[in-house]
Amino acid sequence: MTGNGDRHAPPARDQAEAVASSRLTARGQALSKLLPGALSKFRPTVGAEIDEVTCLVGREWVVDVAVLLKSDTALAFDYFRLLTVVDYVETAREFEVVYHLYSLERRHKMALKTRVPESDPWVTSVSGVWRGANWYEREMHDLFGVVFRGHPDLDRLILPDDFEGFPGRKAYPLYEYGEY
Amino acid sequence: MTARVPGAAGSPQTLDMMVNMGPQHPATHGVFRMELAIDGERVVGLIPHIGYLHRGSEKLCEHEIYSQIITLFDRLDYVSNFNNELGLVLAVEKLMEIQVPERASYVRMILCELNRIASHLLFVGTFALDAGAMTPSLYTFRDREMIQALFEATSGARMMHNFFRVGGIKEDVADDFVVRVDRLLGELERGIDEVDGMLSFGEVLLARTKGVGVISGPDAIDWGMSGPCLRASNVPYDVRIDEPYCLYDRVEFGVPVGTQGDSWDRYYTRVVEMRESVKIVRQCLAQLQPGPIMAQLRRIARPPKGEVYAHAENPRGDFGVYIVSDGGERPYRLKVRPPSYCNLMPLRDLVVGSYIADAVVILGSLDIVLGEVDR
Repeated sequence: MTGNGDRHAPPARDQAEAVASSRLTARGQALSKLLPGALSKFRPTVGAEIDEVTCLVGREWVVDVAVLLKSDTALAFDYFRLLTVVDYVETAREFEVVYHLYSLERRHKMALKTRVPESDPWVTSVSGVWRGANWYEREMHDLFGVVFRGHPDLDRLILPDDFEGFPGRKAYPLYEYGEY
Repeated sequence: MTARVPGAAGSPQTLDMMVNMGPQHPATHGVFRMELAIDGERVVGLIPHIGYLHRGSEKLCEHEIYSQIITLFDRLDYVSNFNNELGLVLAVEKLMEIQVPERASYVRMILCELNRIASHLLFVGTFALDAGAMTPSLYTFRDREMIQALFEATSGARMMHNFFRVGGIKEDVADDFVVRVDRLLGELERGIDEVDGMLSFGEVLLARTKGVGVISGPDAIDWGMSGPCLRASNVPYDVRIDEPYCLYDRVEFGVPVGTQGDSWDRYYTRVVEMRESVKIVRQCLAQLQPGPIMAQLRRIARPPKGEVYAHAENPRGDFGVYIVSDGGERPYRLKVRPPSYCNLMPLRDLVVGSYIADAVVILGSLDIVLGEVDR
């Protein structure tokens, strides 16, 4: 192990999800009021981080939510910024997949989130909705072993083809591994 | 990408040939490799391979305190180091809700815009080399070296500056900084005009780059492209305008856009952008006042629990940093949005159908830095 595990008490994530509206800009507040209605059939949990609206949905809905977010004229999320996987295996035995989205037309932004269990980490691919997600999904598959179902070509991208293990995960050691 | 059967469908055909380009190839700007399937001189397929420079920067960041991470960020996009550092410190400052002193913000803006000019000068030189012109690179490297000399005088290093700090900058600039930068700007303007007049509307460059590697605005948005590559396709998206950081809301500048989205537009957008950067630096110099350069903070930054996404306009585009903090001295998770990575994604669409020689020009026009693509 890295010897770093104890210093890191992973963030508590089940905080009261009340929208701390003071942390959002006017655009963000408007968006956080809009989202629960627009996505009501996916039962989203809308929250707020610093200057960022967050929206948690079940992993089986990610693609449907993505299509809606892009096509709805009031939301119009046409720009895919970033895809990340955050490792919460130690505390919750799951990963969080985070999609940072932006609307060039409406100039608002949000972080779409979903959680996948460590034992069966899959989520449906959104690379058919935003092509810009393509390499991010391959990279996260490489580093974290999260499978993006429906991705056209989920080959290794960053790591060599015969690499073993998932070096992005917290459990992967920083030093104690054989030289590649 | 399947090899076609010779002689099928009545017409005489040949098998496609696979050509490996890179990672040790001067025109791939680092260690990028692509497998090209070619039919004669035409490219009919392309498989990009990245990762030769993967150092696990993001994982390393989880094990370093924030002030140490700045040095890692210097090494991402290694020709626009100040801009990278800015992306990180902006994210940490946003998370900790730190008010940065005005003087520090102005110095940051001056250095970042000069770094943008340096980076674009390097681009112009290498792009001309890719298109077969040797001379412009000598001029642009001469001008870039003047900027690097100023950076060295300011931060102590030509490239890996480690100069920005969470809450401000490492130390105040020298007394003759304003005079020096002002003189430098004059020389840069002359240099930019010189290389622009020499190269931009030359018949050979136009023939090599006009209509080569065209991408439409909606496609560029869908691929998540940013920076000059996106603006060349007539999408006026610039983080400095859309979500101003530092004190960019106090300076006036234009955002140049192209019309065709071809390689020449991507080239010329950058040339015009350099002039806009000169304007920004001039205004910053005029507004620069004496004052503190660091916010009052404890020595080791310890942001509260939470997560933040901050971004800045790098020479290559929208550079974002996502930090998940658990309240410790080290980030729980740190992820970079590298603009070159997103600009490189549509490469296959851009190249397939053109000539091999154009593949080099198209790749050059995207202006990738592999340190950032691979991280």
